[in-house]
Amino acid sequence: MGMTMVEKILAAHAGEDKVKPGQLVNAKLDLVLGNDVTTPVAIKEFDKIGVEEVFDQDRVAIVPDHFAPNKDINSAEQCKMIREFAHDKEITNYFEIGEMGIEHCLLPEKGLALPGDIVIGADSHTCTYGALGALATGVGSTDMAAGMATGEAWFKVPETIKFVYNGQLQEWVSGKDLILYTIGDIGVDGALYKAMEFTGEVIENFSMANRMTMSNMAIEAGGKCGLIEPDETTLEYVKDRAQRDYTVYKSDADAEYAEVIEYDVSEIEPQVAFPHLPENTRGISEVGEIKIDQSVIGSCTNGRLEDLRIAAKVLEGNKKADHVRLVIFPGTQEIYRQAMHEGLIDIFLDAGAAVSTPTCGPCLGGHMGILAKGERAIATTNRNFVGRMGHPESEVYLSNPAVAAASAIKGQIVGPKEVL
Amino acid sequence: MEIKGQVWKYGDDVDTDVIIPARYLNTSDPKELAKHCMEDIDEDFVDKMSNGDLIVAEDNFGCGSSREHAPLAIKAAGVSCVIANSFARIFYRNSINIGLPILECPEAVAGIAEGDQVEVDVDSGLIKNLTKEEEYQAAAFPEFMQELIDAGGLVNYVREKVKG
Repeated sequence: MGMTMVEKILAAHAGEDKVKPGQLVNAKLDLVLGNDVTTPVAIKEFDKIGVEEVFDQDRVAIVPDHFAPNKDINSAEQCKMIREFAHDKEITNYFEIGEMGIEHCLLPEKGLALPGDIVIGADSHTCTYGALGALATGVGSTDMAAGMATGEAWFKVPETIKFVYNGQLQEWVSGKDLILYTIGDIGVDGALYKAMEFTGEVIENFSMANRMTMSNMAIEAGGKCGLIEPDETTLEYVKDRAQRDYTVYKSDADAEYAEVIEYDVSEIEPQVAFPHLPENTRGISEVGEIKIDQSVIGSCTNGRLEDLRIAAKVLEGNKKADHVRLVIFPGTQEIYRQAMHEGLIDIFLDAGAAVSTPTCGPCLGGHMGILAKGERAIATTNRNFVGRMGHPESEVYLSNPAVAAASAIKGQIVGPKEVL
Repeated sequence: MEIKGQVWKYGDDVDTDVIIPARYLNTSDPKELAKHCMEDIDEDFVDKMSNGDLIVAEDNFGCGSSREHAPLAIKAAGVSCVIANSFARIFYRNSINIGLPILECPEAVAGIAEGDQVEVDVDSGLIKNLTKEEEYQAAAFPEFMQELIDAGGLVNYVREKVKG
């Protein structure tokens, strides 16, 4: 019996020839990540362990992106604490505002997460790097602390569910729609404790941006990670970014899966997840009349250049509805700069958008776009839990960037065909 | 370790945003976090609960964010144990790492009602419903996780290992 990608990656990092689902292994880590919310807790725990240095200064990444640029005095204290820790421990990959980005847009861009890696991050959307063929998974601050101290972490080898996407994509349907559709199908705990593997001709033809969007939301189905087999697209992406060796792992043809789920994508239209769970999905034609107060385009899910290009295509020559606040967050400084060079920022400003420096701010109800009681937002983010973007009685609807842009113009949730 | 208290019961998919909303994550002080524990799902939770009370919930408790602030807030609020049909994996891992007792036991979730008095022996996984005079048995933890629990969490475990 062969092994899945995840099994191979875990076996290689645990020094084993073969591992099986359910087995507990201690594995070497290629990268340990934290942000300004989770790292302060990790530092307190790190200090209790009794080691002076992190296991490898080049393999820890700290990104102040959640409440940064500092939103208040407490946040400033938290950012100061992680800045000083990074300085003290001589951590190479600390990214100050002005050079930082939303962590899961930034790390792949900088070549810090690579195929075949094991990455743990004290942020649940660390699973994004599965799109590069890495085993990347979210952990808490204590795991981050132990990882920084030892360069190792324990893992239960997960079973894998294989998802196969075939067929012709409808216009305006993207990776975001496929992952929302999938979560709608299997539920928010449909992949609990399991690895997800995204395959099929649609995935093979997808850009890295679409792939990262899909892997990013594996956690929203309860998944430990969401992997895509590296191919030419992946290698082209990492070619000029990687500063160390990496290994491409592919699942064996006779690997054992917990389940194989196949989708004909030609039947999938742009998806909208209704409050208050990402599994509450409907096709755009079944949304009905939902008036919105805010549209948010960006985040670790959909803040990449390709996402901004799609939003710009819909917004070009249009204006947002008077009663709507449109906020756009490029994922990194590099994406921001490129968007500016391509004229996308002009299109956004002409449409009446507020364009922000990269931050996670609005996605988690931190800052830069909080909702008041009773307000509704359409967002290209990843969660629509109660109070996620502000007041507990506000509502978040999740969609792709084209739908969020079209909805901003119309003032209610609509697909791009309604405004073009 | 003996645990005894009154039960507060919740449904499926209690996410970490309602356990501790992000607007309070500009601090990592467990005492501050505890003040807002469960605020967006049960506004008065902290005021009405007593030290040692238990949370019982259905599927996928603790889904969403990786914030360790969620189990930290629950623990610091004085909740002695969380029993659920299932836990989201990061929450499960975090709870074990910080020493918040959690048990997966669908029989207990089905049998226990809000307000029941419940006693738990975490070591054996035996859950006693004192109100209904019923007993439920949670599955044992895998050996390695039990080692972590016995060590008092991951940091203690790693500290011993690092010392060699």
